[in-house]
Amino acid sequence: MSSDSFIELKNVSFAYGDRPILQDISLTIPRGKLVAIMGGSGSGKTTLLRLISGQVLAQKGQVLVDGQDVGRMSSRDLYQHRRRMGMLFQFGALFTDLSVFDNVAFPIREHTRLPESMIRDLVLMKLNAVGLRGTEALMPAELSGGMARRIALARAIALDPQIMLYDEPFTGLDPISLGTIALLIKKLNDALGTSAVMVTHDVHKSLEIVDHVYFVAGGKIAAEGTPDEVRHSSSPWVQQFVQGEADGPVHFAYPATQGLAEAFGIKGETA
Amino acid sequence: MKRSTIDLWVGLFVAIGIAAVTFLSLKVANLTPQSGSDTYTLTADFDNIGGLKVKAPVKSSGVVVGRVTKIELDTKRYVARATLTLDKQYQFSRDTSAEILTAGLLGEQYIGLVQGGDPDNLASGDSISLTSSALVLEQLIGKFMTSFAEKGSQDAPAKTE
Amino acid sequence: MNALLNPIRRLGALSINAIWRLGFISRFFVAILLNSGQSLLRFRLTIREVYFAGVLSLIIIIVSGLFVGMVLGLQGYNTLARFGSADALGALVALSLLRELGPVLAALLFASRSGSAMTAEIGLMKATEQLEAMSVMAVNPIARVVAPRFWAGVISMPILAALFNVMGILGGYLVGVEMIGLDAGTFWSQMQNNVDLHYDVVNGLIKSLFFGMAVTLVAVFEGYDATPTAAGVSSATTRTVVTSALVILALDFVLTAFMF
Repeated sequence: MSSDSFIELKNVSFAYGDRPILQDISLTIPRGKLVAIMGGSGSGKTTLLRLISGQVLAQKGQVLVDGQDVGRMSSRDLYQHRRRMGMLFQFGALFTDLSVFDNVAFPIREHTRLPESMIRDLVLMKLNAVGLRGTEALMPAELSGGMARRIALARAIALDPQIMLYDEPFTGLDPISLGTIALLIKKLNDALGTSAVMVTHDVHKSLEIVDHVYFVAGGKIAAEGTPDEVRHSSSPWVQQFVQGEADGPVHFAYPATQGLAEAFGIKGETA
Repeated sequence: MKRSTIDLWVGLFVAIGIAAVTFLSLKVANLTPQSGSDTYTLTADFDNIGGLKVKAPVKSSGVVVGRVTKIELDTKRYVARATLTLDKQYQFSRDTSAEILTAGLLGEQYIGLVQGGDPDNLASGDSISLTSSALVLEQLIGKFMTSFAEKGSQDAPAKTE
Repeated sequence: MNALLNPIRRLGALSINAIWRLGFISRFFVAILLNSGQSLLRFRLTIREVYFAGVLSLIIIIVSGLFVGMVLGLQGYNTLARFGSADALGALVALSLLRELGPVLAALLFASRSGSAMTAEIGLMKATEQLEAMSVMAVNPIARVVAPRFWAGVISMPILAALFNVMGILGGYLVGVEMIGLDAGTFWSQMQNNVDLHYDVVNGLIKSLFFGMAVTLVAVFEGYDATPTAAGVSSATTRTVVTSALVILALDFVLTAFMF
């Protein structure tokens, strides 16, 4: 698998200040495959995406995209790298002061010098691909959450990227919108042949569409495998995550530094 | 469509700005005679310039014809030398007289020019020889007080009679 | 001991924080200047922001200017009349406006009307990940979002200040001539005799240009630096108005000392 890897993280460690987020993580995303990274909230999944897009830089290790180390790119190279990358943000992050049309046209206008008529055709094509042709004139505030997510997807694929990054694409959507987005992600990935990374904690929907799954916990890769392997995994940790149980290998309680008695000011035993 | 209305508004906005600046420079400020071809300078010596300041107006028959551009002390004769920059369209004869006047009782001081009868005009750099100094209020009051006191001492015995 | 040290410690932390922010804002200013190419080459971006910052401030500037001028006319007349020099009202109104009140009040109004709006807008764009989305799309948010707003502020401020001056002088005229009954000719001629184009008018406009730069720099910086939450954006907006007001007044003192 590593011979055909498009994105590769090698022994990457990252910390915000003193707080370690990722420790010695290695993973690969093969060319043209859709890979999910799952884990609890705050497990460092989103940081992984930011490392790939170059928004944050690894303190140790290498982030290789198509053989190039993102951490060593000049800012010009980094912008070049980002131009072949599309990212779908958690809540879409549409530009609220631009119409739907201008939102989708934004990356095309910024990075190409195409005539307006061609931009119009491209935008309509992308909107058609997400099934929302006819909404060009609306403003983002007039869209439902699911529609905004699909417009954001159209914007992310406007320049036919080689890499797609999805940050929690299913959060806060009703089941129908969720199904639509999942279907679109799968369909677009197959049609465009992009290598895609999806960060999510929605297990069931993700397992239906992805090719490979990494589980991240405590800044490390806890488990990995194809969706089938994950479903039948014997690991109690994976089982807890897939079944959504409250307590298990992942503890319900936050690891407090004080005992409960101490926190309540009952000093008898500890003092 | 939406964009062109924004352009229109911004155009209007800039036009308002230009109009405002034009109003300020033409109607509010005095467009002082510009240095260069359309002005010429004269000098005038005064024994005492009182409170005359640089930029004070130079008037003839009440019309502003120029500005005082420089004031200095001539250390040979110990008189004040004022340099006047006048608009070229106003020419004055060689025997023109200059006096320092006050606008109102407490107003600003300015130089008044009174045209003479000489057929030749003053040229740039010439000096006005006929000058009269500023009235200094303290001196005026001083003179008035002395004359009042003198008058009073004459009147006093007369009144008692 | 601690009770004594804590306030000192807090004061120290506060000053260090202030200096840290000063360094940050200077670096940000340089970044804006370096990334200004796009806002000049694609001037439409800047025009759009001139609309929001300048055109939409017209009403408040016109109305406030008129009222400030009317108050100046009334108060000035009352004071001048005591010394028998009510004729100088035109000069008083024009000079106070051109040198101080016009640039300063217009800048204060601009900071609370447009500066706070800029901060809130950029802060919300940050909170909703729009700035990050832009940067992931390989578009520099400083060049695309911040710099056009900055230049729009720099362009709008002198225009607004000039308009404020004109409205103020008209307000003074309304009160002095139309209401109190001074002679219109005296009003204007006193003004023209005492107002100098370069010394008063141009210097006032230069002042407003500096104020425009200071206010918009503070506004875009606070927006860009805002904590990306609702509370963070609201406190950044407050900081914009407070900091702008202080900067305007301090800068006014420095510029006045330099110019007049």
